[in-house]
Amino acid sequence: MKANCWYGKHDLQVTQVPDPKIINRRDAVVKITLTAICGSDLHLYNGLIPTMEKGDILGHEFMGEIVEVGPEVKNRRSGDRVVVGFPISCGNCFFCQKQMFSLCENSNPNAWIAQKLMGHSPAGLFGYTHMLGGFAGGQAEYARVPFADVGTIKIPDGLSDEQVLFISDIFPTGYMAAENCNIQPGDTIAVWGCGPVGQFAIASARLLGAERVVAIDRFPERLRMAHSKSGAETINYEETDVYETLMEMTGGLGPDACIDAVGMEAHMPGIAGAYDRVKQAMMMETDRPMVLRQVILACRKGGTVSIPGVYGGFDDKIPLGALMNKALTIKTGQTHVQRYMKPLLERVQKGEIDPSFVVTHRLALEAAPEGYEMFLNKQDECIKVVLKPGMTTYH
Amino acid sequence: MTMYPTSESGRRFSESSLSVQRWREDRDGFSPQALFQDIDEESMARFLGWFSIGLGAAEVFAPGAVARLLGVKKRSALFGFLGIREITSGIGILTQRRPASWLWSRVGGDMMDLSLLALALASNRRTRGRIAAATAAVVGVTALDLLCSEQLSDGVGRDGSIRTGKSMHVNRSPEEVYNFWKNYENFPRFMYYLESVKVTGDQRSHWVVKAPAGMKVEWDAETVQDIPNERIAWRSLEGSTVTNSGEVRFERGPGGRGTIVRVAVEYRPPAGPIGAAIAKLFGREPGQLIKEDLRRFKQLIEAGEVITTEGQPAGRARSTSLKYDITSRRNAYAKNAFEKDEASQKEERL
Repeated sequence: MKANCWYGKHDLQVTQVPDPKIINRRDAVVKITLTAICGSDLHLYNGLIPTMEKGDILGHEFMGEIVEVGPEVKNRRSGDRVVVGFPISCGNCFFCQKQMFSLCENSNPNAWIAQKLMGHSPAGLFGYTHMLGGFAGGQAEYARVPFADVGTIKIPDGLSDEQVLFISDIFPTGYMAAENCNIQPGDTIAVWGCGPVGQFAIASARLLGAERVVAIDRFPERLRMAHSKSGAETINYEETDVYETLMEMTGGLGPDACIDAVGMEAHMPGIAGAYDRVKQAMMMETDRPMVLRQVILACRKGGTVSIPGVYGGFDDKIPLGALMNKALTIKTGQTHVQRYMKPLLERVQKGEIDPSFVVTHRLALEAAPEGYEMFLNKQDECIKVVLKPGMTTYH
Repeated sequence: MTMYPTSESGRRFSESSLSVQRWREDRDGFSPQALFQDIDEESMARFLGWFSIGLGAAEVFAPGAVARLLGVKKRSALFGFLGIREITSGIGILTQRRPASWLWSRVGGDMMDLSLLALALASNRRTRGRIAAATAAVVGVTALDLLCSEQLSDGVGRDGSIRTGKSMHVNRSPEEVYNFWKNYENFPRFMYYLESVKVTGDQRSHWVVKAPAGMKVEWDAETVQDIPNERIAWRSLEGSTVTNSGEVRFERGPGGRGTIVRVAVEYRPPAGPIGAAIAKLFGREPGQLIKEDLRRFKQLIEAGEVITTEGQPAGRARSTSLKYDITSRRNAYAKNAFEKDEASQKEERL
C-alpha cells in the first residue's frame, strides 16, 4: 500500500510499504477513505519531538471501512464504516474505566521511555513517536487499529466522510477544551489560536453556552472563519495588544476561561518571541510557551486555563506566581476521544454542527508532502488539509 | 528503496527475571528488606557508622590531640569541618534503612582525607612517619568503606546474588489476580525469556529459561507458601543449576481499587558463561525487567493481550520496534557481552 512516511525534518515521502495485518487479537484493519493532517503533525514535521524513526507512517486522524477484524473484536465486522479515535485505549484499565482514555495504561509498548521523561506514560497514539508507542499512522491506504472494539465508532449512512472525520481528533479536542472551561451562563471565553482545534474550541464554547467568545490569531482568514462560523469577536495580535484589548472588552475582569489552542510552537512578535525561539533552537527549552504565559496573565481571577495545545517537555518562565495568586485552575490533557465520539456524532446527526466547515484543501494521499508544506506556511489561506487515498485528484 | 515487513517475532532469544536465585533455609517468608537486616555487610556498616561518629567527635572536640596523633599542625576550623562531615555520614549510615549512599559519602570523605594527608606529607618533613602511618590507616578504612558500599548498593549481594522487588497496580480483584498468577504455565506469556514452566507435581514445577546463544537453563522449583489471594512464595530445589527464590503478594488496593501486586526475587547466577550472560542481562538495573514483566502481566489481565508493534508496516528496511523495547535492549546487550566473552576466550585458547 501507499503511506506517507517521515524521514526527517521537512522530509516526507509517500512510498510503497507492506499492507498492515492483524497482529493482536483485538485489532482491526481499516481501508482508509479519508484522512487529514493535524496541527500536531507539524511538530513532527518540524523535527521537534524526539523518538521518531525514519520510515514512520504519520497520521492520526482517519476513517474508513473495516476489512478485517481480530478474533476478540466482537462488536465490529468487515464492511463497517468507522471513524478511529487517535488515542489507543484498552477500555479496561483504571483510567479507561474512568473515561480518561488518553491515559490508558495498556496501550504503549514503550511506556518505560515516557515514564522516564514524564513520571508516567500516557496512552499510545497513532503515528506519533516511539515514546508514545511507535504505532503506524493513518496517512495511508490501510491502517491496523489496535483495541478496535473500543477505539472506533460506527458511522450511519447519510453523513459524508468530511462531516464525521474530525470526530477522530480535532472536534473532540476542541470540545474537551471548551468543556474543561466549565462554562457558566454569561461567561466570556478567549481562545488563542484559530487553527482547526481553535475553531472547534470556539464552536464548542458556543454549543456549551458561552455568552461571548474571543478568537485570537494573526491570520485574517482564520479570524474571519471564527467570526463567520461561530460568531466570535476577534483580536489580531499583530495589530493590537492582546492583554489590553481583553481587559477593555471585559471591563478589566478578564475572560472567565482562556484556551491555549497553540501549544509548543507559538509565534509572538517582539522580544518575548525572539527569546523562546533562540532558547528552543539551542535546545535549552523544548517548547515556546509564549501563549501560555499570556493566557495565565489575561485570565480572570479564579478562572480556568484550558490547554489543548501540545507541549513536549520542560519550559521556562511560566508565571506560577500569577497562577497561584490569582487562584487559577488548569485543565489539560490529550483528548479522551472515546468519551466524546458518541455524543459528538449525535450533535452532527442532529445538525447542531457540521464539522466540515474547517476544510480548505482536499488533496490526494500522494500529495501529502505538499499538503504539509502548505499547512505549515498557511499558503493559500490553508486551515485544514484532508487527504484522500486511492485517487490522483480529489475535489 | 526496498521495503520489507518489519517482522520481529521470535527475536527474543532469552530473558530471565525469576530465574536464578538463592534461598535461605531458615526463613519461612522472604522479603528483600528482611535480607538486608542480618547479613554481614549490615554489621560492618554499623561499625563504620559508629567509627565515623567517634572520629568526628574527636576532630570537633579534641583537634589538638588528633593533630598530634597524625603529626600535622592543629587547625581547629579544618578539623571542625572534617568532624562534622564524619558525624553526618555516621548518623546517615546508622539511621537510614538503605545506608548505601551514606557509605558512599564516607568513600568521598576518605578521598578528601587522603589528599589532605598527601599535602601534609609534602610539607611536614619532621613528622613524616606518623603522617604515613595515618595515611595507611585511612587507606585501610577506605578499602573497607568501598567494599561495604558496593555490597549494600542496589541489587547485588555479597555472594553475587541479585535481589530486587517491584510493584504494579492491576485493576482487578486480588482473587482474579491470584488465580491468574497461580497458573504458572501462563508465565511465558508475560516473561518473554521463559521458554516454559511445567507443573510437575504437588507444589513442584519445572522451569526453562532461554539463555543467550541458544543455551537453556533449567531447574525445578517448589512452592513453599501459598495463601490464596494473598501470597505465593517459591524457591528452587536443592542442587539446581541456579539457586533462586521469590514471593509475590497480592494487596487489596485502598478502597477496593484493584490489587497492588508486589514481587520480590533473589537469584544467584550460576558459575560459567551462562551465569555471566545472565548477570549482564540483569546487572545494572535488575528491577527494570521485573517491572516490564509486571507491565505485561497487567496488560494480559486487564486488556486480554500484550500490545505490540512487531510486524506492522513501515517505510524502512529494518524494524525499529526492538530498538525501543527495554527487554530486547537488555537482551541485545547481554548477547553482545556474551559473544565478546566467548570470542576473547577462544582467542586465549589459541
